[in-house]
Amino acid sequence: MQRIVNDPDRVVEEMLAGFVRAHPDLVEPTSNPRVLKARGVPVPGKVGIVTGGGSGHKPAFIGYLGRNLVDAVAVGEIFSSPTAQAFYDAIRVADSGQGVVCLYGNYAGDNMNVRMARDMAEEDGIRVLAVVADDDAASAPPDQRSRRRGVAGEVLMWKVAGALAARGASLEEVAAVAQQTVDRTRSVGIGLTPCTIPAVGRPNFTIESGTMEVGIGHHGEPGIRVEPLASADAMADAMLDLLLPDGDFRAGDRVAVLVSGLGATPIMELYILFRRVAERLDGAGISLHRSYVGNYFTSLEMMGVTLTLLKLDDTLADLLDDEAESVGLRQFRRGSPGAGEG
Amino acid sequence: MAAGFPARDGGLLVDRMIRAIRENRDRLSAIDGAIGDGDHGINMAKGFGLCAERLAGEPRGLEESLRTLGRVLLMEIGGSMGPLYGSFFLEMAKAARGLDRVDGPAFLGMLQAGLAKIRAVGGAEPGDKTLLDVLVPAVSALAGALDRGEPFGDALEALDAASAAGFESTRDMVARVGRASRLGERSRGFPDAGAASCDLLLRAMTDGIRDLMKEDRA
Repeated sequence: MQRIVNDPDRVVEEMLAGFVRAHPDLVEPTSNPRVLKARGVPVPGKVGIVTGGGSGHKPAFIGYLGRNLVDAVAVGEIFSSPTAQAFYDAIRVADSGQGVVCLYGNYAGDNMNVRMARDMAEEDGIRVLAVVADDDAASAPPDQRSRRRGVAGEVLMWKVAGALAARGASLEEVAAVAQQTVDRTRSVGIGLTPCTIPAVGRPNFTIESGTMEVGIGHHGEPGIRVEPLASADAMADAMLDLLLPDGDFRAGDRVAVLVSGLGATPIMELYILFRRVAERLDGAGISLHRSYVGNYFTSLEMMGVTLTLLKLDDTLADLLDDEAESVGLRQFRRGSPGAGEG
Repeated sequence: MAAGFPARDGGLLVDRMIRAIRENRDRLSAIDGAIGDGDHGINMAKGFGLCAERLAGEPRGLEESLRTLGRVLLMEIGGSMGPLYGSFFLEMAKAARGLDRVDGPAFLGMLQAGLAKIRAVGGAEPGDKTLLDVLVPAVSALAGALDRGEPFGDALEALDAASAAGFESTRDMVARVGRASRLGERSRGFPDAGAASCDLLLRAMTDGIRDLMKEDRA
């Protein structure tokens, strides 16, 4: 295993120690070693934004702790839900008295642990609403959305809900906009190589050389089909052919696009793929409001890519354009002096 | 005196479960790898290993050992298995409270309490290709054998057989909950990892009980 680790069983602890030391301007540890919070949290008068999930998806989840984004994160083992205790502690540190929205992905373990954490927090008198991302269009048919996984679309959900919370909206309003964002978001992934959990030491699934798996999940969950490896353009086409009808994206729509590498993909190649995505959207009469291209939500060292589309309206577009500052996402208001995107 | 064992010696059951999980760490991960993400053995070994540290090799009673195990799994091991097994062992510990001796009906009562809790937490049904496909028939087999008046030792054999058969039965099922459920039909042909660990844990407990009963008679 060609990896940069010490004790494979302690990769999460050692990663967190490094992360906290590297970014003291953005994040702080808490009394629970599996919970990090953004600096200055809880913010008086603001609804708290909590998320959490298994490790191995950097910069998700802790990379989105920061201004106008996420307030506290529960951290799990590699690809494994955080404990109910961690979600509960994250909710407690994020609550300023205005309540907390827990925005996470649809996985059995996370659902169970968040439910237990909500029960614990509500006993303390903390109001908690949860919104579950289910943006992975390849993970179940459209009529079974409750079975779909949450993937890179979670980043857009945090971005929009984090912006609204920072503007001072109520708990119900923040949860509603998060749900609206999820409902309008569709994602799909393509995997080219498997990934290896360090403590396992070898890949637990295979993708034959010369093939690609369309619809692969963020933990290597099998996709909907295995095909001969295709060009970047053909990959973009395959993903759009799946997403556009599924999310009913059509001429006149305005979208945000997020192209994320799965960990081992050269960023250069993400732009090659994005080029075709933009070309196809142009051709379909769908306007591109804002684009994110980079490693936003990865799967250890998997080679591959995810494509996420969010159908915007004026409200969502404006919230998406708000400034944000975190390790995984830094953006500035367009038109402001020195504006640019990091 | 009815066949059974002193509750104060019952920590052996937890020791046996810890050993079984540690010895089968890689096998459980391999089973999980076929239709899950391959970390079941790692997370279980981590949880049971932490429990071993907490118990620190000191002889403990059944209730205390099970409670320690349940707490560690629930509070320190996430995933799906932390809350499910954590709740299961905590309920077993509650049912063991105040017991002096553990006989067939007492052990059955503990398992039934744990089963009721695990069903409430997980929301799965038998046939969904989960650990319930081991636990439900195993507990029924124990109950049935005790109802028929079979000795505790024989009733444990019935439990073991039903547990092993339950594990095998998951091979032909289509997963309806949990990570493997996303595979639909493609999950058929592979056993369920949670069912595998549940089968190991139950049979580690029954092995422990058999050894304690031998000592008890000696």
